[in-house]
Amino acid sequence: MTGTPTVATAPAKPRPRLRLARFRDLALVPAIVVLLVVGAIIDPVFLSKANLVNVLQQQTELSLLVLAEAIILIAGKFDLSLESTIGLAPALALGLVIPSASHGLGTEWPTALAIPLCLLTGAVIGAFNGLLILRFRLSAFIVTLGMLIVLRGLQIGLTGGQNLFDIPPSVLYLGNATWLGLPASIWICAILFAAGILALSFLRAGRAVYAIGGNVDAARAAGIRTDRVVWIVLIIGGLLAALAGLLMTGRLGSVAAAQGQGMIFTVFAAAVIGGVSLDGGKGTLFGALCGVLVLGLINNILTLGGVSAQWIQAIYGAIILAALILARLTSGKAQD
Amino acid sequence: MTAVTAENITKRYGATTALDHAGIALTTGETHALVGRNGAGKSTLVSILTGLQRADTGVVTFDGEPAPPLADRDGWRQRVACVYQKSTIIPTLTVGENLFLNRQQSRRGLIDWRGLRRRAGELLDRYGVAIDPATVAGDLTVEQGQLVEIARALSFGARFIILDEPTARLDAAAIERLFERMRDLRASGVTFLFISHHLQEVYEVCQRVTVFRDARHVLTAPVDELPHDDLVRAMTGDAPVVASAARGHANDGPVVLDVRGLTLADRYEDVSLEVRAGEMVGLIGSGSSGKNALAQTIAGLLRADGGTVTIAGTTPRPGSVPGALDAGLGYLPQDRHREGLVPLLSVGENATMTITKRLGPIGIALPARRREAATTMIDEYDIRTSGPDQPVSGLSGGNAQKVVLARALASDPKALVLVSPTAGVDVRSKQSLLAAVAKAAAAGTGVLIVSDELDDVRDCDRVLVMFHGRIVQAAPKGWDDASLIGAVEGVRAESSHEEGLKE
Repeated sequence: MTGTPTVATAPAKPRPRLRLARFRDLALVPAIVVLLVVGAIIDPVFLSKANLVNVLQQQTELSLLVLAEAIILIAGKFDLSLESTIGLAPALALGLVIPSASHGLGTEWPTALAIPLCLLTGAVIGAFNGLLILRFRLSAFIVTLGMLIVLRGLQIGLTGGQNLFDIPPSVLYLGNATWLGLPASIWICAILFAAGILALSFLRAGRAVYAIGGNVDAARAAGIRTDRVVWIVLIIGGLLAALAGLLMTGRLGSVAAAQGQGMIFTVFAAAVIGGVSLDGGKGTLFGALCGVLVLGLINNILTLGGVSAQWIQAIYGAIILAALILARLTSGKAQD
Repeated sequence: MTAVTAENITKRYGATTALDHAGIALTTGETHALVGRNGAGKSTLVSILTGLQRADTGVVTFDGEPAPPLADRDGWRQRVACVYQKSTIIPTLTVGENLFLNRQQSRRGLIDWRGLRRRAGELLDRYGVAIDPATVAGDLTVEQGQLVEIARALSFGARFIILDEPTARLDAAAIERLFERMRDLRASGVTFLFISHHLQEVYEVCQRVTVFRDARHVLTAPVDELPHDDLVRAMTGDAPVVASAARGHANDGPVVLDVRGLTLADRYEDVSLEVRAGEMVGLIGSGSSGKNALAQTIAGLLRADGGTVTIAGTTPRPGSVPGALDAGLGYLPQDRHREGLVPLLSVGENATMTITKRLGPIGIALPARRREAATTMIDEYDIRTSGPDQPVSGLSGGNAQKVVLARALASDPKALVLVSPTAGVDVRSKQSLLAAVAKAAAAGTGVLIVSDELDDVRDCDRVLVMFHGRIVQAAPKGWDDASLIGAVEGVRAESSHEEGLKE
């Protein structure tokens, strides 16, 4: 009973731990450097500005989806439907503004409405996911899997399975414009990622996302309106997917019926390789961005390396699995 | 001066009454204990005192003023803080961020991380908690996590703190440090409501004690004027008597369950016991006594750090459930929903899960034989069901438990380990369950009943008491209830326990 007020706990080692956490964030940077070196050895064209800009631009749509998915995963939820939103949002918006001769819906609303309509569609999809997940307490995985199928079906139904051409210039602009020597889409992604990183690290609402993913009961006990935050996160997810749809439409000059199909697997792979936990509460947007870059570079190197088109998918998939195993080994924790 | 009062509180959940015109009053600066057995209404009172739930009737006041409305979370947090049994620390965030969660200081709209770390450091220093705020909370020990929660609670300005079983997951030295800290805070005018299953702790750190039993307030008295025995009696009331099945003594059969020097870090230490064929042995203890971990180790669900378990002469591979079953063990798990039953499968499939080998050759389980075996069990154990094909999710608690028991006995085990066999089971099913167990013992099975209910072990030939991971008492038939409960709650173990602390 001779206790002193101070607890005789082992002195914590704060600095190393902090550095370790930072290091975890930067874990993929050496991998990116290695890929750059490997790429340069395989083909001198690789390091040219044109090729690198091309790699980045091809990854912009994926990176926006990863940005959305990473925030949703950190909040402890799931959204598989992003890959259908990226197709349906621009398809619906264009359908409402282009003439029926170009497979429009016949409403022929002013073309200036195309971009707002597209973003609105994304937000509404996110809000609807939120309604099912938060109000009706359905599993996020199953809800968004169902939405993935429904939204893809809606797009095919509305467009009659046709690709939409005759895209108004306002929609083409974002995917094609060049700002200060770089494609606008790269700037947009960079700005959004910077904003996201800032928000998640320095805004109370951003920290609330981590708290909810880490322990939702504790977050609620701390006075965080958990449902509201998650709902907003899902809406932002839908918005980002719609924006990614706009960029893709502009870059390709059309909306394919299968726009975005199959992307969600790459999205999850990039997020997990980038250190975002599927359990929620863990991971950073910077890490997720690195995950996107790693996948983009691998893809580019495989193409430049002359891997035959028939085999590229199998090799790409194998590399993703290897990267996941590596990420598991370096983080030392089970992913589930 | 009264700091907190709750008067005439009634709270119902559907058909069950959790609190029935119960109340409590705390004077400023006292440490007040709230004790009662499971289901006495303690947790419900805590959620009402912290504003998480609304009482059906009754009034809560703080410093003489009525409590704020439920929606005013900040209002509640300035008046009362609670350290729950379940941690409310977010493991993926740092200690500093956990302390100021959702109230991080901002500068020009952005969180000021440096300032937050500094203020967190100051807060921890003020309460003498030697933890660096930059540590990730998931790396803290249980004790450190609790201290962080207490510091966070105090930082809201609350002068009334509820500690809900804070000692359940702490070791003896950490408990003593916690008490020292509580005494320091009390000296500075903080009021505590202290909930514990260990009565010895109540005498050590509290001035007054309130007892709840069966949703009602029983008494409030200064601890100095309330002897241990009276306190135990207030908690238990008059113990109901269960008719015991006629069964001869069997103290000379072969040993069917032999546990030697079993040790598992943080759970139990150097436990030895033996059960003979035809004998019934009770093992009682509180939730933190390690009795459940011991039972799980015997069943092969946990692997001990040291020691051996021998079942009917063979020593199965440690940590192997099939090994334990093959050696002749029947096991009835504590949580029948989580470990005992597959709710969507039929009664028949659940009941015959451990004897599929007998239902047909080379891994085939023949439906007709399964049905036959299940029907026999349903008759024998009086399971109320529409038939072997009904999913077990449709059975009542008592009948579901009979299915688990039937399964445990189906393989004609040499030794049978039952964990809390009557938890959540009504009185009549309780009796028929215990009668079935006594029948198995009479047929030559060695039975070990692990429970925190004295009624479960009333038929036993001897009863062992576990406290803080050790067997502290062994009582032959004809024991005295009060002394056993005293040992369970740590009163009897007090002498040795406290000497250990005072060294």
